[in-house]
Amino acid sequence: MIPPAFDYVRPASLGQACRALAEAGEDAKVLSGGQSLIPLLRLRLSYPTVLVDIGRLPEPRAIRDEDDHVFIGATATLDEVVRSAVVNAEVPLVALAARTVADPAVRHRGTFGGSLAHADPAGDLPAVALALDCEFVIASARGERTVPAAGFFQDYLETALAPDEILVGVKVPKLGPGWGFHYEKFHRTAQAWAIVGVAAAVRRADGGVAAARVALTNMGATPLRATAVEAALRGVPADADAVAGACAGADAGTSPPADLHARPDYRRHLARVLTRRAVLAAARARP
Amino acid sequence: MARITVNVDGIRFEEEVEPRLLLVHLLRDRLGKTGTPIGCDTSNCGACTVLLDGKSAKSCAVLAVQADGCDIATVEGLAAGGRRHPVQTAFHEEHALQCGYCTPGMIMAAIDLLRTDPDPSDEAIREGLEGNLCRCTGYQNIVRAVRRAASIDGPVNGEQAAAREVPA
Ligand SMILES: Cc1cc2nc3c(=O)[nH]c(=O)nc-3n(C[C@H](O)[C@H](O)[C@H](O)COP(=O)(O)OP(=O)(O)OC[C@H]3O[C@@H](n4cnc5c(N)ncnc54)[C@H](O)[C@@H]3O)c2cc1C
Ligand code: FES
Ligand code: FES
Repeated sequence: MIPPAFDYVRPASLGQACRALAEAGEDAKVLSGGQSLIPLLRLRLSYPTVLVDIGRLPEPRAIRDEDDHVFIGATATLDEVVRSAVVNAEVPLVALAARTVADPAVRHRGTFGGSLAHADPAGDLPAVALALDCEFVIASARGERTVPAAGFFQDYLETALAPDEILVGVKVPKLGPGWGFHYEKFHRTAQAWAIVGVAAAVRRADGGVAAARVALTNMGATPLRATAVEAALRGVPADADAVAGACAGADAGTSPPADLHARPDYRRHLARVLTRRAVLAAARARP
Repeated sequence: MARITVNVDGIRFEEEVEPRLLLVHLLRDRLGKTGTPIGCDTSNCGACTVLLDGKSAKSCAVLAVQADGCDIATVEGLAAGGRRHPVQTAFHEEHALQCGYCTPGMIMAAIDLLRTDPDPSDEAIREGLEGNLCRCTGYQNIVRAVRRAASIDGPVNGEQAAAREVPA
């Protein structure tokens, strides 16, 4: 279908973009790579008055190694993230999950910031940001602020971003030596959204699990941290039986959706199985 | 309305467009480049794949205004001097199409894949083309065609490519 009519501006700087968004009012929208927004417009599920195109801004595009974290600019494309040497070396979980998003053509245009700001509960990167306790750097004409991942994802397709705010980038903490990572995504056809996904980071010490971080994709209206699993994993041997036992409660506190792909009880089952697989892979233990 | 300049298959066009005009509609309806088809409403099928500044993009998920100042390569610009591009030749020789609806997008996606991975494994080919759906072939011959295209090294034209495959 042909999208509804809207105005379009392409500011030359982040500051100009913030002002354009403030002036345009509540019904304006940021356009980054357009890989979620343009399909929504084509399906006439969104009726913005103005699109403020930040997709070509050079400024928030960089990926930088900054001491204890990696800063990933919001308009870095998913393809740039997947291929980034810094991301692969310092925060590999981000690259592991980003390469499962969509397909090469979509990753050439879709941006890191866009996939977080869109906050689709089936999106792969929100769970990663939550598992790693990323910090979201947000700008508007009113100034700049930082929001932790735990406060960023608020409800179905809803984030802490106010209508006049732009996500500038994300600080991804480096967890340091000893951590292993894995993103386990379950889907039944090529290039498909996660029916359920699990992001896991595990620190091993003395043959056991010293610490773990686990977050779930598509098990509720927002990504969810599996805190019960994280607690149960602390100190267990990194073998298949012990890990399976600790992951048995992976679906606790979740409210998985029912849709064409799966019923909630099947998603709960998947969460338990995929969490075990993700944790074992992250711990590099044999399943 | 917005004024944009695009370079499509080596020809410069200046157009007045509504911001909501999709790149694929600019190509087909305004510039007559109907070699790029539309297969879906959800940006899933990949039939409309073109190269935008050298990288594959689904032209139904790009606004014409976003392509302002960009180079666009469509399937129509591949053959040079009446000779097929090696990927076109490989698709022809391996029978990598039946109805042909997915073919323009498949070929553009395959060219993009070979740009970043000149010698892809079968698995890499399947992954590289995962954004392109084919309802006819079952993909088997498409994978073979990309492998054949990869075995032709360098940006050679169709005739040279065919010549090379004759055993010495
Ligand atoms: C065929 C297909 C398959 C897909 N499969 C997957 C998948 O498997 N997994 C997955 O996670 N995603 C998938 N996606 C979704 C998609 O890849 C991402 O959601 C998308 O790339 C978002 O980034 P964007 O830059 O394109 O955002 P846009 O489409 O430009 O924007 C999306 C939303 O975020 C807002 N926004 C964007 N950037 C900012 C910013 N910097 N500040 C404030 N607001 C902003 C926009 O206003 C809009 O509401 C798929 C998409 C397609 C078309
Ligand atoms: S028509 Fe563009 S992806 Fe289907
Ligand atoms: S040949 Fe018919 S869809 Fe691919």
